[in-house]
Amino acid sequence: MTLDYLTYLISVGLQSVQEYLALHVLMCLVPAFFLAGAIASLFSKESVLKFFGADAPKYVSYTVAAVSGCLLAVCSCTVLPLFAGIYKRGAGIGPATTFLFSAPAINILAVVYTAKILGYDLGAARAFAAVLLSVLVGIIMSLAYERKDTERKPIKTFGEAEHKHSVQLFILLIVVLIAPELMSSWGWKYTLQILAWVPLIILTAYLSYRWFSKEEINSWMGETWFLIKQITPLLLLGVFFAGIAVVVLPKEYVAAFVGGNSLTSNFISSVAGALMYFSTLTEVPIIKALTLLGMGTGPSLAMLLAGPALSLPNMIVINRIMGVKKGMTYISLVVLIATFSGYVFGSMFA
Amino acid sequence: MRIEVLGSGCAKCNKTKELAEKAVKEVGVDAEIVKVEDFDKILEYGVMVTPALVIDGDVKVAGKVPSVEDIKKWITK
Repeated sequence: MTLDYLTYLISVGLQSVQEYLALHVLMCLVPAFFLAGAIASLFSKESVLKFFGADAPKYVSYTVAAVSGCLLAVCSCTVLPLFAGIYKRGAGIGPATTFLFSAPAINILAVVYTAKILGYDLGAARAFAAVLLSVLVGIIMSLAYERKDTERKPIKTFGEAEHKHSVQLFILLIVVLIAPELMSSWGWKYTLQILAWVPLIILTAYLSYRWFSKEEINSWMGETWFLIKQITPLLLLGVFFAGIAVVVLPKEYVAAFVGGNSLTSNFISSVAGALMYFSTLTEVPIIKALTLLGMGTGPSLAMLLAGPALSLPNMIVINRIMGVKKGMTYISLVVLIATFSGYVFGSMFA
Repeated sequence: MRIEVLGSGCAKCNKTKELAEKAVKEVGVDAEIVKVEDFDKILEYGVMVTPALVIDGDVKVAGKVPSVEDIKKWITK
């Protein structure tokens, strides 16, 4: 490999990073980090965890399990302990696996970033498919394995009381988050957007200082910074190498394996996603790169569903928590459901 | 004194252990600090959100990384 070629590859990688960090992406990603940080620090998990008790009615625990992932698990490391808790102490294997599948998929940062980089249709599909299908996964697992005789203790919660203004803050932050998108769709120029956006941010900051104690705000900023610190370096690396991959990987192979919308390509994409480890958000540039190399839309959704939910390391932990038989059933279910969802999505929208 | 840090190996859990060690050193008390990664043991304490800090069997905090000041307060009570 000549030095020239190496320099060329590096410049390709850097250009990829530059595109991903374009102003319009940052205007979307930075508010998302603040929103995630706010959720992590100010949202009282207790208010949701009580719906996961052994005594909760099934329709409540499944619905909450499918949807609460975006509020409970802003960082992927939170998902596994919560899953273990719901499985062993709370509502059981059904809602637990529902949560396990949907939480990584509807992680707020991931949905926002997917919508921004891969398009709103994939972003929305990812979220909706994950929520709906997670209930299916949970019900199947429960039908296969639920034993009524398992002893379950109530869930103990340790938490501060609900912060009264949390919901209002979340709504404000969501407005800050989607305002640039709205303004772009109205055709406003960047200068006008910034002029409208900055007062909105100042208003949010001002109200935050009025509503929350210094400790709460520090906690919020701490969580936000922690997320940025944890996610951004790996994301930039992923973007860098994904950019190089587009130039280096042969299109014919990618298209042969995961191009078009056959059941096979969806399946291959699903399995690949399941085995690969994606650190938070890196699935987005990687799938984007594969798309540019010829991966079909259906297989993209398949990978988006299987990828964040599974990886070799987390499969090991899941097997340890549930036992190998249930673990492998869950893993196979995820791969199958991802395959079919991709296939259906690809047929409908490609 | 026995301090247990409950967590399955994510960054926040390691950070909690670091801060616990720092607090113990600064206060100068004789304490054993143990990291508990087994989910069954974690659940026995009734904890679902890690990281969590347990001092002599008492859960002091769960779901967030405590400050060194807080840990020092709990150690010296």
